[in-house]
Amino acid sequence: MTDATAGAAPGQKKPGKVLAADGRPLKESLNRALRLQKMRALMLIAPLLLFVLLTFIAPIADMLFRSIQNGIVSETLPRTTERLADWDAKTGELPDEAVYEGLYYDLFIAAERKLHTRLGSRLNYEMTGMSSLFRQSGRALDDIGDVYFDQFDDLDKNWDEAEPWAELMGDPAWLTKMQAWKKADGKKMPKFVLADGMDELLPRTAETYAAFAEYTQVDEGKSLVKEEPWVLVHTALYQDLMEKDVTGYTGPQAEMLKAADAAVGGFESITFKEGMQEVDEDWLDHGTWQTIQMYSPEFTNGYFLNAVDMQKTPDGPEFRNENQQIYGLLFKRTMFMSLMITGSCILLGYPVAWLLANLPMRQANLLMILVLLPFWTSLLVRTSAWKVMLQQQGVINDVLVWLGLVNDADRLVMINNQFGTIVAMTHILLPFMILPLYSVMQTIPPTYLRAAKSLGATNWTAFWRVYFPQSVPGIGAGSILVFILSIGYYITPEIVGGTTGTFISNRIAYHISSSLNWGLAAALGTILLAVVLGLYYAYDKIVGIDNVKLG
Amino acid sequence: MANAILTEIKKQPLSFTLPTVGAAGAFAGLFIGTAQGSGLLGIVVGALLLAGLAYVAMEVLGHEKERMFKYGIIALFLVAGYLAGGVPGLVVGGLFGWFFSFFIYWIGEGRYRAKLAPYLTAGQVLWHYSFLVIAGSIFVFLITPILVVMPLSFNAENFFTFTPEMLRFDPEGYSLRHYRNFFTSNEWQSALRNSLMIAPAATILSVSFGTLAAIGLSQPHVPFRRAIMAILISPMIVPLIISAAGMYFFYSRIGLQGTYLGVVLAHAALGIPFVIITVTATLVGFDRSLTRAAANMGANPVTTFFRVQMPLILPGVISGGLFAFITSFDEVVVVLFVGSAKQQTLPWQMFIGLREQISPTILAVATILVGVSICLLTVVELLRRRSERLRGMSPG
Repeated sequence: MTDATAGAAPGQKKPGKVLAADGRPLKESLNRALRLQKMRALMLIAPLLLFVLLTFIAPIADMLFRSIQNGIVSETLPRTTERLADWDAKTGELPDEAVYEGLYYDLFIAAERKLHTRLGSRLNYEMTGMSSLFRQSGRALDDIGDVYFDQFDDLDKNWDEAEPWAELMGDPAWLTKMQAWKKADGKKMPKFVLADGMDELLPRTAETYAAFAEYTQVDEGKSLVKEEPWVLVHTALYQDLMEKDVTGYTGPQAEMLKAADAAVGGFESITFKEGMQEVDEDWLDHGTWQTIQMYSPEFTNGYFLNAVDMQKTPDGPEFRNENQQIYGLLFKRTMFMSLMITGSCILLGYPVAWLLANLPMRQANLLMILVLLPFWTSLLVRTSAWKVMLQQQGVINDVLVWLGLVNDADRLVMINNQFGTIVAMTHILLPFMILPLYSVMQTIPPTYLRAAKSLGATNWTAFWRVYFPQSVPGIGAGSILVFILSIGYYITPEIVGGTTGTFISNRIAYHISSSLNWGLAAALGTILLAVVLGLYYAYDKIVGIDNVKLG
Repeated sequence: MANAILTEIKKQPLSFTLPTVGAAGAFAGLFIGTAQGSGLLGIVVGALLLAGLAYVAMEVLGHEKERMFKYGIIALFLVAGYLAGGVPGLVVGGLFGWFFSFFIYWIGEGRYRAKLAPYLTAGQVLWHYSFLVIAGSIFVFLITPILVVMPLSFNAENFFTFTPEMLRFDPEGYSLRHYRNFFTSNEWQSALRNSLMIAPAATILSVSFGTLAAIGLSQPHVPFRRAIMAILISPMIVPLIISAAGMYFFYSRIGLQGTYLGVVLAHAALGIPFVIITVTATLVGFDRSLTRAAANMGANPVTTFFRVQMPLILPGVISGGLFAFITSFDEVVVVLFVGSAKQQTLPWQMFIGLREQISPTILAVATILVGVSICLLTVVELLRRRSERLRGMSPG
């Protein structure tokens, strides 16, 4: 072809540069064709690749991200965590008043928005008792605010009314629109706009009222001229009035504000620390604050430490008490059982594969059906079959009792323990061992064995020194496949495993659906994934993913 | 070759036949004896009975009257079994009779050596047959659980075990009530409908994307081929619980959790590796010059694909599709997390039933599913042979 194209290019000027039919240099032309081919191949692959990336890889990445993500503390308690950053837990002293103030504000807003229990259960994973602390605090928090609220209310009833507050805090233009708004019109509520200069005059009040306004309008869908503000706003107002001078204020409700300003000096007051102590003694517990501070950052390795039975302490990660170490045990058990299953699969699969590979084609194909039928049968069918077989009133026990090998009174316990899981999973995964073994054994010429024997080897030597080494790739491929599959199994252990025969995957499922500790589930999953990917890499190196065969 | 006689067979001396057959009889007698109350008596009776029968067969009747002797023994065992244990005894007795009538002649006439090389020692012959027995019991291990489920699904009671009526082969003990329950119960029917809706949709998605990609991957020059392949195969390798967890988190973020679309997308992703693997395997044997020939004759790439390439790789595509279908149809972990009660599929329903162990309707469903998988297996096997024939390989 090269010659033909070269000949087809008339009048070659530069010798040594072969030209294609269209006059371009052949090399360039070939490169272009190659590039085109590559592009076409990629175009064909692209839709699927995109599909897999979106539906599969992205979720996995999301899970990895979730295992370190920890935004909930700083999102729910922004003021507290910010002020707590400078606090040194090691001194043994409690945080100062500013932190308690921040906590009160944060917790009040969170409680109104019903976010505090979520945070409570999050922190409960790290320190028991946090969940109830947050739940109870959410209920009792009004006590602090009520101190000031009652005094404002006694001073002027208008402090308990929605409209005066809206007039005081809101921008006049917005207020007119707000007052004109009616729910029946179906139009959107005008968004709250703070009155000019209010955030300088009464900074805390402005901030909390804005939070209240947003919550009332967006989350509740209620009108600001109808809803009286939280008692938190009164607390904020008290603090502002104590600090700031409002004599220069001339806006709406100036009278009311100035009257209050004059009166606050004589108000009964309470420190936030005392207030929080009354809400719950645990707020004066050093450990509580230590936990909050430890989990303030956006990202944490806490879930991973939990997943390997460690915990965060001020002095760095430490192992938990012996009796609290469950994940190490689970990982070890998962490993042990997967190895047992892989071992049993090799033991049972090898003779079968050998027989299949050495029988005449017709018989081998018939027997192959016995291997492929379980392979194609629904996993749940096989699991239910094992439940039927292994349970105490099951088929195996019945047969043993009928034969008189076992007394009716003490039937064997073969289910809801490790034995049940190993037997059932060996059965389920056996085809995955037999098929690769068979395909490797098919390629070993039977003449080798005969040659070894004719040279004087005994049966065993011939097998062990000649046949077995050649079948090792099959064992390797099958073992890794079976091991990978068994290490992440969920359904079968869940049904026949009871409590002692469960895997790490059952724990992951438990954390997702029952305990809702998603971060820990993600961390456990990430560790499991790392193990599997390591094995996958090994499999790829040894066998090559392209060489996986099915059926 | 399979029927060729490698070794001359000759009648074995009685000193070999009688102990061997007697030992087998003792072994069988042990079980029957313990079942009836006395193991020792069973051993003695079994050994003497079988040895006696072997003597009669070898010395008195000889192998001219073999057929008559076999029928005699089977009848004898049938009667003995029926007297000892009713209908189940009849079946067991028949099986024993059939086996021993064969076994006596097989040993006595030395037929067991017929298919083995003449130079094998006695120990090697023994090992050969022990190996066959071992392999045979592994096959039994593989297939028994599936076989046990079937008769149990006709149980008249709400039990997961064989009732005495069933063992007596009493028609009273059998019924179709669990099948009726499956076909009339709303829950099961809606689960079946969901499965039949989700699985084909997922299959279509994974087959159409997967086939295209497999064709792309089988081109001679694909950049990053290994990495792409690794990504595309990963749904098969990553443990299901991790895929399920990740999808649950991610799909609830984007609002797909608890929707049919979410489940279909998830199942399609899980089925893709199977399509890729089977279709690329078929494409390995595809003769590339055919497409060039088609192009040479003026066909555009699309025509070439549909008229030349597609018919040739169709078996691979179909069996990949079947794999994808069964993956989705059988899948329970991902649907448990990604789906909601509305998307409850057949395996989901079975899983719940199994965990709470409510009713043997599960076994009826299981039997139906075994039927389905036998059909699928047959189709895949036929396709594989056809594809091998098309590619000029020897049909298996």
